Amino acid sequence: MNSPRIPSATTGTESGSASRFTATPFVRKKERREAAAKWIFFSMAAAMVLPLLWLVSYIVVRAMPSLSLDFLLDPPLRGMTEGGIWPALVGTIYLIVVALAISTPIGVLAAIYLNEYARENWFHRVISMAVINLAGVPSIVHALFGLGAFVYAAQFGYSVISAALTLAIMTMPVVITSTREALASVPRSFREACWNVGATRWQTIKAVVLPNSVGGILTGIILEVSRTAGETAPIMFTGAVFYKAVERGDFFPYQLNDQCMALSMHLFALSTQVPGVKPSLPFATAVILLGVVLAVNATSITLRVWLRNRKKW
Amino acid sequence: MAAQPEKMVTMPMTADKHIEIQDLRLAYGTKEVIHGITFDIHRHEIFGIIGPAQSGKTSLLRCINRTIDFNPAATVAGTLKVDGECVRNVRNVYELRRKIGMVAPLPVGLPLSIYDNVAFAPRCVGMTAKSDLDGLVEKCLRQAALWDEVKDRLDSLGTKLSGGQQQRLTIARALSHQPEILCLDEFSIAIDPVTTMRIEEVLKELRHEMTIILVTNLTQQARRLADRAMFLWNGEIIELDTNDVIFGDHPKDKRTYDYVMGIFG
Repeated sequence: MNSPRIPSATTGTESGSASRFTATPFVRKKERREAAAKWIFFSMAAAMVLPLLWLVSYIVVRAMPSLSLDFLLDPPLRGMTEGGIWPALVGTIYLIVVALAISTPIGVLAAIYLNEYARENWFHRVISMAVINLAGVPSIVHALFGLGAFVYAAQFGYSVISAALTLAIMTMPVVITSTREALASVPRSFREACWNVGATRWQTIKAVVLPNSVGGILTGIILEVSRTAGETAPIMFTGAVFYKAVERGDFFPYQLNDQCMALSMHLFALSTQVPGVKPSLPFATAVILLGVVLAVNATSITLRVWLRNRKKW
Repeated sequence: MAAQPEKMVTMPMTADKHIEIQDLRLAYGTKEVIHGITFDIHRHEIFGIIGPAQSGKTSLLRCINRTIDFNPAATVAGTLKVDGECVRNVRNVYELRRKIGMVAPLPVGLPLSIYDNVAFAPRCVGMTAKSDLDGLVEKCLRQAALWDEVKDRLDSLGTKLSGGQQQRLTIARALSHQPEILCLDEFSIAIDPVTTMRIEEVLKELRHEMTIILVTNLTQQARRLADRAMFLWNGEIIELDTNDVIFGDHPKDKRTYDYVMGIFG
């Protein structure tokens, strides 16, 4: 339907050959639309940055009066209305480390099985389905399960180990998924080349597949850390407490069967449960929680960039 | 390897059988792609397999070294013997694969150093002594006509070599487990004509030591190199004969003549 316009564009100029490249009204209309589309997409992308900047700056400004090294190292004082967050910080680190120590080996090895050994059959489909559904279970349901399974049935009581096991089960599906993606990014031709020279599957995995997917696997695991750090519900039901007396700067305040404090839980308690809290205290806690998560994510990004730079093919 | 005189340019038809295939059938799921083919490959010959895409050439090679096992949808029927031993009943399938060197169409440099690429197969069977490996790596790289280009940088990544170099690295790796049969699956489709000619020279040397199966889309390449050639089409053997007949003016089947002349279809 536009074809009649094309000859009309040539009327402005005498020389026929050059006229094909002049801007017709149709072309200008196309260009306006192009520019509009580009700006709409750009502004939406830019709009993503605003909430983050706003959120972070708001929290940091409100937290300013409390932020100091003492805040980091001190335990909460005077009925949690003053003081620092050391027990909660250490508790969160404990939970992360124990949860990862459980979920990483199981998740990574399961992913290797699923990606490298399993054949496409009903069993494989059942496992994949289970992984997907487990990843979709809300954390409060995990919490309830952890309470029933670890606190009561396994009789671990309210403890670091119960909370960490609950977190581990919650993070496992994501570890499996990200590991499978990392393994699948190694081209199949590499595996076939190894099989062709008489290598077993395990020799192939050891020599070629794992060394070239370890970066992706680590990235996935580290990103899981930030999720683990932020979860409140699962640990609230299974092992985190409002308050536990811990010495300033004590690195090993908890046993596996102790209850512990955690940053997310502490933030919840300060904001809703304790009367008369110094107003900047919850915000300062939030800053530390954000700091932990961002630091971990930054590590992950650095690792990924570093590994991409030494990519081998 | 250089000690042997020029010989075996044309093999007598009574030569001893290195690979015997009888009524081989292969199906992926319910779709049969090889429909019962029967032929022999003689020791120390270059056996050309020509035919268009989808005619079952690569699948046939996978049946021979049993990497077809990695495709769970594939079912194989018929007998397939290497050195008189039935491949489908082989217990030590890894040793079978080591007996057969396999070169894929696209060059595959493993993401390891050049040295490790070649030393991978020997290491898989527990060869660890550095002196043994050094010798073997050099021998294989020399055989693949790559040694002079890479001898100063054996530590650099195999994947960073050019396409033609990687294909020669692939050949070196295929030779590193000292196979008796070398299968080349359209080895020249991703490399330039000069490199192709170099590799063809290499093959002419290697034929004194091993049986070579040359799967190729380039009928001229098969004509240059092969002793006998087979025209495989849609999973059936259209014609199998000596090179003079297949690439001559009077092959038995008109389709062979048409395909070789490029007027197929």
